[in-house]
Amino acid sequence: MKLLVCISKTPDTTAKISFSADNKEFNSAGVQYILNPYDEWYSLVRALELVEKQSGTVTVIHVGPAENETLIRKALAIGAHDAVRIDAQPSSALFVAKQIAEFAKGQGYDAIFCGKETIDYNGSEVGPMIAELLDLPFLSFANHLEYDGAKATVSRDIGDGTEVVEVEMPFVLSAAKDLAEQRIPNMMGIMKAKQKPLQVVAPVPFEDKVEIVAYELPPAKSSVKLVDPENMDELVRLLHEEAKAI
Amino acid sequence: MSVLVYVEHHNGAFKKAAYEAVTYGRKTADALGIPCVALVLGAADGAGELGAYGATRVLQVQDPAFSAFDSQVYASVIAQAAESVGAKVVILSHSADGKALLGRLAVRLDAGSVSGATAVPTTEGGFRVRKNVFSGKAIAEYELTTDKKVISVMGNSIPPEKLGAPINVEALSVTVPTPKIRMVAIKRIEGNIPLPEAEIVVSAGRGLKGPEHWNIVEDLGDVLGATLACSRPVADSDWRPHHEHVGQTGLVIRPNLYIAIGISGAIQHLAGVNNSKVIVVINKDPEAPFFKAADYGVVGDLFEVVPRLTEAVKKFKAS
Repeated sequence: MKLLVCISKTPDTTAKISFSADNKEFNSAGVQYILNPYDEWYSLVRALELVEKQSGTVTVIHVGPAENETLIRKALAIGAHDAVRIDAQPSSALFVAKQIAEFAKGQGYDAIFCGKETIDYNGSEVGPMIAELLDLPFLSFANHLEYDGAKATVSRDIGDGTEVVEVEMPFVLSAAKDLAEQRIPNMMGIMKAKQKPLQVVAPVPFEDKVEIVAYELPPAKSSVKLVDPENMDELVRLLHEEAKAI
Repeated sequence: MSVLVYVEHHNGAFKKAAYEAVTYGRKTADALGIPCVALVLGAADGAGELGAYGATRVLQVQDPAFSAFDSQVYASVIAQAAESVGAKVVILSHSADGKALLGRLAVRLDAGSVSGATAVPTTEGGFRVRKNVFSGKAIAEYELTTDKKVISVMGNSIPPEKLGAPINVEALSVTVPTPKIRMVAIKRIEGNIPLPEAEIVVSAGRGLKGPEHWNIVEDLGDVLGATLACSRPVADSDWRPHHEHVGQTGLVIRPNLYIAIGISGAIQHLAGVNNSKVIVVINKDPEAPFFKAADYGVVGDLFEVVPRLTEAVKKFKAS
């Protein structure tokens, strides 16, 4: 089995979000970057489990500059066999999808895995875009995946419930929580990762169709209004009269 | 030219998100000075009702393939419909299905896309759409320069506006590809309003100490007509089912009122709820970080405060 796992870089969940003075750029000063949790914890780990059971390889692919190679090495330390870095600054979901689809085309991957979204732009767009570019079925928000050698059975979050579907390879899948259990790289993995192949590929030309023209922070919450725990009638009154929420 | 709204339904029933999407489409169409057309796939008796929300035409495609969701099939059909009505903008709900369709349609229509828009586009000096980014910690304004655009609309962002009367539904004939995905089973949560659509959500965390105390949360939920939710530790310890988990890795919601009971307010939890319009936090620890994100706070023992609040709401509802 030959699997391709897309990995993305995001600010750490606890990062303080701020922007340049003209509000046009994300301010990355002092921000710690991580592998997008859905990519690392669920998508990559489930892909590894499948090849551990069935034999095969897991290649991780990342679109980003050379400085991101430490994050790629982390994915290799968790167990991916080799890595590909498309040497470009990702500028939009379609840009990333296009680069990955161009690389994957004709390579015979049995499945391409993504996280259900990145925790920075929360778009959920890259997976379906890759699927469309490669004309493949797409299974979003997978929380369970089994493969019996002929077909995959996938359970998907559908917002107000769960759906179970079957599909033959090849396909594109996006991973939600519960698809796998997070793996922490061990010392052996970290040592081995240094020797694993990391191929750098030039991007294909692409013109962006969207641009972020401005960022802003949500209006600051006025400080919390504390209500006497003995007086819940007052809370109800505030929720009705002031907040108009009930 | 038109704005095309793909309207979802479940077994023929339209939910709030459907009317929100049509209202969003109608407002976008008004801004562009073109008509708004609604598209329904599969059997749904109430489709004409979409006209009351501002769709000037309602198109329906019938095919057995629509009984299961395959994004490849749906995207192909929506793209053909978009072609036939000369759609400049295609609107989707930001639902599980909508999220899978957005990227596909962007590729298929060679369109710029915005996922999870929270406001109607502005069209003066460029076509711009706002959405939340960084898990609700910021807002970004996107400019789309392409001839065609695809937008998915975040739930509870645009209140549905009923304007007129239902209209006739027109059958649309398109080529429906053969699905590659086969449905084995579908399990929807019955009874309550689903969390992404709920106006009021009552949610509880570890402070509840154990699943045997969940009834006090249910009682408050009942009197408020709320949908219930929980924090990650509660779902992870199987006190409550996973589909009730709100937060970074669970559902992201934006109800009018979010009442958090015994939840400390870790940043991962806030990422799922920080766009709620009004947040009430009940916690015995005055240092709980959630109070910083709350509009109203009650520092007290939830086992006393919550039943008291339930009684107060009952009294209010009866008055």
